[in-house]
Amino acid sequence: MSKAGTTVARADAPAPAVRLPRRRGIELALIVVAVLLSVYGYCAVGLARDGTVPPGAVGYGAGLGVLALVAHLAVRFRAPYADPLLLPIGVLLNGLGLVLIYRLDLETPGDRAAPAQLVWSTLGVAFFIVTVVLLRDHRVLQRYAYVCVVAALGLLTLPILFPAVNGARIWIRIAGFSIQPGEFAKVLLAVFFAAYLAANRGALAYAGRRVWRLQLPTGRVLGPIVAIWLLSVGVLILERDLGTSLLFFGLFVVLLYVATGRTGWIAVGLLLAALGAVAVGWLEPHVHSRVEDWLHPFASIEAGQGPNQLSQSLFAFAAGGMLGTGLGLGHSVLIGFAVKSDFILATAGEELGLAGLSAIFLLYGLLVERGYRAGVTLRDAFGQLLAVGLASIVALQVFVIAGGVTGLIPLTGMAMPFLAQGGSSVVTNWAIVALLVRVSDSARRRHDEEAP
Amino acid sequence: MTRHIRLAAVFCALLLAALLVNATRIQVFEAGAYDDNSANRRGTIARYGQPRGDILVGGRPITGSKDTGEQLRYERTYLDGPLYAPVTGFASQVYGTSFLEHTEDGVLSGADPMLSPFPLLNDLTRARNPGGDVVTTLRAAAQRAAYDGLAGRKGAVAAIEPSTGRILALVSTPSYNPEALSGNGPTVSRSWIGLNEDPDKPMLNRAVRQTYPPGSTFKVVTAAAALDAGVVTDVDEPTDSPDPYPLPGTSTSLTNEAKGCADASLRAAFEWSCNTVFAKLGVRVGVADLTATAQAFGFNDTGVRIPYSVAPSTFDTSVDRAQLALSAIGQYNTRATPLQMAMVAAAVANGGQMRAPYLVERTTRSGGATLATAGSRPVRQAMHPGTAVRLRELMTDVVREGTGANAAIPGVTVGGKTGTAQHGIGNSGTPYAWFVSWAQGERDMEPRVAVAVVVEDAEADRGEISGGGDAAPIARAVMEAVLNS
Repeated sequence: MSKAGTTVARADAPAPAVRLPRRRGIELALIVVAVLLSVYGYCAVGLARDGTVPPGAVGYGAGLGVLALVAHLAVRFRAPYADPLLLPIGVLLNGLGLVLIYRLDLETPGDRAAPAQLVWSTLGVAFFIVTVVLLRDHRVLQRYAYVCVVAALGLLTLPILFPAVNGARIWIRIAGFSIQPGEFAKVLLAVFFAAYLAANRGALAYAGRRVWRLQLPTGRVLGPIVAIWLLSVGVLILERDLGTSLLFFGLFVVLLYVATGRTGWIAVGLLLAALGAVAVGWLEPHVHSRVEDWLHPFASIEAGQGPNQLSQSLFAFAAGGMLGTGLGLGHSVLIGFAVKSDFILATAGEELGLAGLSAIFLLYGLLVERGYRAGVTLRDAFGQLLAVGLASIVALQVFVIAGGVTGLIPLTGMAMPFLAQGGSSVVTNWAIVALLVRVSDSARRRHDEEAP
Repeated sequence: MTRHIRLAAVFCALLLAALLVNATRIQVFEAGAYDDNSANRRGTIARYGQPRGDILVGGRPITGSKDTGEQLRYERTYLDGPLYAPVTGFASQVYGTSFLEHTEDGVLSGADPMLSPFPLLNDLTRARNPGGDVVTTLRAAAQRAAYDGLAGRKGAVAAIEPSTGRILALVSTPSYNPEALSGNGPTVSRSWIGLNEDPDKPMLNRAVRQTYPPGSTFKVVTAAAALDAGVVTDVDEPTDSPDPYPLPGTSTSLTNEAKGCADASLRAAFEWSCNTVFAKLGVRVGVADLTATAQAFGFNDTGVRIPYSVAPSTFDTSVDRAQLALSAIGQYNTRATPLQMAMVAAAVANGGQMRAPYLVERTTRSGGATLATAGSRPVRQAMHPGTAVRLRELMTDVVREGTGANAAIPGVTVGGKTGTAQHGIGNSGTPYAWFVSWAQGERDMEPRVAVAVVVEDAEADRGEISGGGDAAPIARAVMEAVLNS
């Protein structure tokens, strides 16, 4: 081989491959940190309460660690390009949620929720692993858009056949476990919306009438999607689950806007929301009282009836102050009913303070940001919309419930992703993270495949 | 589409910012107001989340705390509840606190910022200081002697160390166990209702919160005023007093229980408690001088605190001459708490100087380090020192050979004055038996104890009820207890 030849060969060779780093090591390190933080929280509760490390600490740590490790291995082998932050954030939030529920269990010895939550978390991670292993390409889901929507509607309708629990028909009870099918419907609907909008976004972007400065969509394309939206919201109002209804609507508007780029859709959405809010507020005294509570959280105290849940929640956050009372040392249990589910954030706020609460919000923010980033990076419309939809579910859900318990917006019952007690919710959130892992893997793998 | 995704992301960032700003609002800026909201139970939970500090008598705690494991975790317990109830008061999770439990609550509950060596550090670490202790001036033996002496009859005893104002005993009977009010269950509300409806009023602190007509024991004050004003210069000179004594401006005549009061000397009249002599003396002294002396002893003072407030003893200043005559012998509108009459005896014993009485010797941190001491207490000259010397002589005579013989202690100088106060409409009520006294042991430089005893319902025939018969033995027992300790 001559010197010149070598030179030529070098010149002809493709540019040095800019292979994206896979960053699986970073993910592993972050997972270790997340598991250690959770175990630390678990020990802190025991130390604060009895002065001893709880006997289950090692088992809890090992269990969480093994689960996280298996999930990591699944990602390493099946989605090697996936975003390295998604899984550790899920592990940390899930671990923290278990710590908070375990901590609240100490106040209610007769009603332990942590063991069941651990089982559900295990199921959730298992579901994550199965999804990552079996779903090799997210575009496969596009084919099942209509299966998804039928399944989602079926799941939403199912609880109507079962007796109401706490005034809401959103649970079904099977073999001692309560399942909230509406939770699973969220992901299915996100898939359907993404697929439908990806296929029809051209048509939906057609300009219709122009009112003032708003370009309204034409009436013809409104039909199918509004029908489905009305149906799901109708079902939810029948089930009296306002939070989920709000979430679906928000998700729908966000995706519609992203798909078409028409601000007119937002105007239509806000109009529909206003109509819905007025109608629901008029028809449902339950919703009306939530708004009253939001405007005057201390009205019941002034009326001599003692503090309501929202004021107890505000007291808990206030008691936390800047740095919090420390895990196991707060009195958020005064909130009473739903302290482990809808109001779980109050415990975090009281015991971890504004510092801890901000950290939790930023973790959610990071999770959402990684979802949006995958959406920006992807090339196919379905994947983009799916990533944005899944991330928006998390964002809206966090905002609706966190804003509700902190008095920012009227309170609507909803589970804080990963933190709150509730099996269906945990499994759904793991499904969301699994899909985000899958789309982020596709986004960056494609970049790598196209580079050479 | 990428641009729209970015805009949607900006929207999510705005939601995040709204959550963070709102969290800061409720956790930082409005936290104080929420923490102080009356419906927020956290303050109450923290207050009962640790054992309450103790109240000590003679180095021994007379209180304790019981871990109930409930939300309001620690409940107050009392070792000798009924004995010390007029001092400790109660510390209830429902009905608040009273007496020392009330005035020293900051120290006992741990809320007092002085309990922390570094007060600002506590704000940061959120630690609550362990409750401090309150060391009282009481003598356990004297307290016990007074309580046993009253033996469940309605009455009260107050004992003071004349040279300092330390309260050595403070007893009120019938008493109650404040532990019955400590918790928060239905039994507590039953106890509360029961105690409040009890006709014997066991929660009434008769030693400091109940005034009685002091009767003849007030003659100490009248004698002091007469001597101070120069109305009487020689205690052995006859006092030109008729028996019976017609009250000026009325057709009513005052009589005596004792014989030989006509023209008696001050010494004899004091010894045998001649109403006629002292009524006339009071009129001669005049309302101005008698009021001045009574107020110097502490009458009409609405601000007495030991540290909890004491009901003001009263001497009516707007009286005609007949009313003044009755006021001078401790009747009409003259009323005194047992503590007030102990202060009178103490002032005589202490050379005319009156020390403000107090119950709390010092407060300490839970480790024992001193937080605050009683310090020097205000002093007031209630009468001339010479008057005090002569009054001590008169009071000593009462015990040696007069109506107070029952209070005599062998080998000890004891001065006293009996009283049998009539009350009720037309004096129909069972008279109150009074005895005020002080005692000085053989080897003591100065009198070590002054006592006032009142027994409300002495069970005896009306004629026999007298301070000397019912109250003096209790005073003797208390004085012996102090002198022997």
